[in-house]
Amino acid sequence: MKLKTLILAGTALAFAGSSALATDLTLVSWGGAYQASQKNAYTDPYTAENPDITVIWDESSAEAVAKLRAMNEAGNVTWDLVDVVASDAIRLCDEGLAMEIDPDTVLAAAPDGTPASEDFGDLLVSECFIPQIVYSTTFGFRSDVDEWGGKEPAEICDVFDLETFPGKRSLEKRPINNMEWALLCDGVPKEEVYNVLETEEGQNRAFAKLDTIKDNVVWWSAGAETPQLLADKEVVIGSTYNGRLFALIEEQKQPVKMLWDAQVFDLDGWIIPTGLPEDRLAEVKKLVKYATDTQRLADQAKFISYGPARKSSAPLVGQHATLGIDMAPHMPTDPNNAKNTFLYNYEWWADYRDDIDAKFQAWLAQ
Amino acid sequence: MSDTTDGQVLTTQDGKPLKAALRRALRREKLRAFLLIAPLLIFVLITFVAPIVDMLFRSVENGIVADTLPKTVIELSKWDPASGEAPDEVVFAALYDDMVIAVDQKTHTRLGSRLNYEQSGISSLFRKTGRRIKRMDEDGPFKDQFIGADKKWGDVATWQVLQQFSPRYTDGYFLNAFDAKRGAEGIEMKPEDQQIYMFLFGRTLFLSIVITLSCLLLGYPIAFLLASLPLRTSNLLMILVLLPFWTSLLVRTSAWKVLLQQQGVINDFLVWTRLIDDAGRLVMINNQTGTIIAMTHILLPFMILPLYSVMKTISPSYVRAAKSLGANDWTAFWRVYFPQSVPGIGAGAILVFILSIGYYITPELVGGTSGIFISNRIAYHISSSLNWGLAASLGTLLLVAVLVLFVVYDKIVGIDNVKLG
Repeated sequence: MKLKTLILAGTALAFAGSSALATDLTLVSWGGAYQASQKNAYTDPYTAENPDITVIWDESSAEAVAKLRAMNEAGNVTWDLVDVVASDAIRLCDEGLAMEIDPDTVLAAAPDGTPASEDFGDLLVSECFIPQIVYSTTFGFRSDVDEWGGKEPAEICDVFDLETFPGKRSLEKRPINNMEWALLCDGVPKEEVYNVLETEEGQNRAFAKLDTIKDNVVWWSAGAETPQLLADKEVVIGSTYNGRLFALIEEQKQPVKMLWDAQVFDLDGWIIPTGLPEDRLAEVKKLVKYATDTQRLADQAKFISYGPARKSSAPLVGQHATLGIDMAPHMPTDPNNAKNTFLYNYEWWADYRDDIDAKFQAWLAQ
Repeated sequence: MSDTTDGQVLTTQDGKPLKAALRRALRREKLRAFLLIAPLLIFVLITFVAPIVDMLFRSVENGIVADTLPKTVIELSKWDPASGEAPDEVVFAALYDDMVIAVDQKTHTRLGSRLNYEQSGISSLFRKTGRRIKRMDEDGPFKDQFIGADKKWGDVATWQVLQQFSPRYTDGYFLNAFDAKRGAEGIEMKPEDQQIYMFLFGRTLFLSIVITLSCLLLGYPIAFLLASLPLRTSNLLMILVLLPFWTSLLVRTSAWKVLLQQQGVINDFLVWTRLIDDAGRLVMINNQTGTIIAMTHILLPFMILPLYSVMKTISPSYVRAAKSLGANDWTAFWRVYFPQSVPGIGAGAILVFILSIGYYITPELVGGTSGIFISNRIAYHISSSLNWGLAASLGTLLLVAVLVLFVVYDKIVGIDNVKLG
């Protein structure tokens, strides 16, 4: 009898204890293979070590900026950690919706003691942004096009060359990246691109270059579209995120190759929403410190071909978890792939995005 | 009618005037009826009307400038942009005071992104100035310090934007929605390469009408068949009509992609039957055709169901009577049956038209560049550019356009002539 009471009391106590400590953290991400890689590399090991934490995923990153603003206005922010691209992080930071953080206190130092601010380096593009991965927007092309007579696109300007490489292309339905590529192929030196694009003539020049292929372009708005279009032979060359092309080539074994020339690096990372209560914020900080440490970022590369944002993670990148192939050559940051890269200017686009987007949409509709 | 008989007021048993008692009873009845619907009314007001009004209000609301830079706004109102020079020291001193507070509250970048909708570059101007403000000399002179931080502070254009958007209410968003802007000499149209919204409104209306007509063309015979077949068969057919309802919108749209694309099922079949050659594959998707086909398919049930429910109530004896009086099949249909089905057409057409005018996910997926609607731009401004003021004014225009069409419809066809069954 005594024993039974003891056990009962013990269970009750344990139950009460665990329920008092249990915390639900809502993480927002993109869904699909990317979110799965985050779950595998960050949160599964974390919840295994901290059984009182439950992670809830919300696949809302595509609308994160608008939703976060609406939540903030309603005074009820239900998200704890939000995965966004760098330009959205800057926007959220400007709007006061993301918390400013000090990388050296919030984030873990590298194993050799290098402070986080140095380990992430230039990738800390905003006071609110905690980088995770470097991805790139680049081109994939079909390697079985008869009309090309055995030639293969080797540089970015081949995308604009309809004579040597006839066929449809797919490009993203927004000015970012397309305008830069058009100017590069119109003979503008890399370091001059944004200066030229700032002027009316420069913009017209970019549109004129895009006009040369406009009739042969299928415009996409979701990253999954180009891989599908390439697989269906609807297009012969198309831009998308490099991880999507990796899945198409290595996992689905389609006759598609990568064109790494003039790939545009972009960043994806976490932001912490403003206005979290103290206790939740403390839990979030613990999780984010763990999830962005050197080992965790390197682990993520086992599941998806995006480069870890920390310098110290790069040597730890190993093989794909299921395919068993070396992941390093598939990283956009690999020296062989990064021979000619283009640096996306966040600050510039934050200024000119609205204006150029209006012109771009008018140009599309013409 | 008089309420007196022989000069006496009619009373109830307890001696009160009958009329007053009746009125009270009626009032109680009305109150009870109102209380019964009150929960729904309040629910609709809170969850539907209030958010919409709040959203629409954003199309003119512009308190952010006066809230963030209160002193500057007052000082700046005395400045004349025609002078061709940036404002003097007083305005810059006010700007310094305001900016120190704004940077402390981190609201300056917010104002920067708001004004960046009006002129590119202001976003980084405020971000940059915010970083520099702490290093500025508190005792002035401020004008040189600000221009030293960013030379845009010396531009008349920057201050003009600031002055123009100082008031708490603005017509700027609506002007933008009409492809116009406020220039040096009043309201003027934007340069041609930036005009897009009026064009998109026109296209949205046009495509919605085409979609409504094709729904009617396809839906009428099916509804007719459903209404005239015996119940067993028509029930089976009804399931076929409803089946798309139970399938996800995205699945249906993607299915059209598979069918219509250039390497798709239909083109493959046409090439196989040698109706077209391999080089001449038809472009049926990522353009207007794609939008019209996919949306007609998706909205078809909304046309068929009201038509069916109205046709069900048309007694077959009228057509039989017409025929027995010598009408041929066509006359009997056109003169007797069709007029009775018009209320169904009205209801179906309104439903389909209003639904299609606000559609955005299907045009986004299959519309390419020539098949997108105004709602795609509204969605963009809500979720990507965060220009909610412009999105709200575009939404208001769309709402007004629908209401105007509704009134026109009422004048021409009559809204009483609409029946859902």
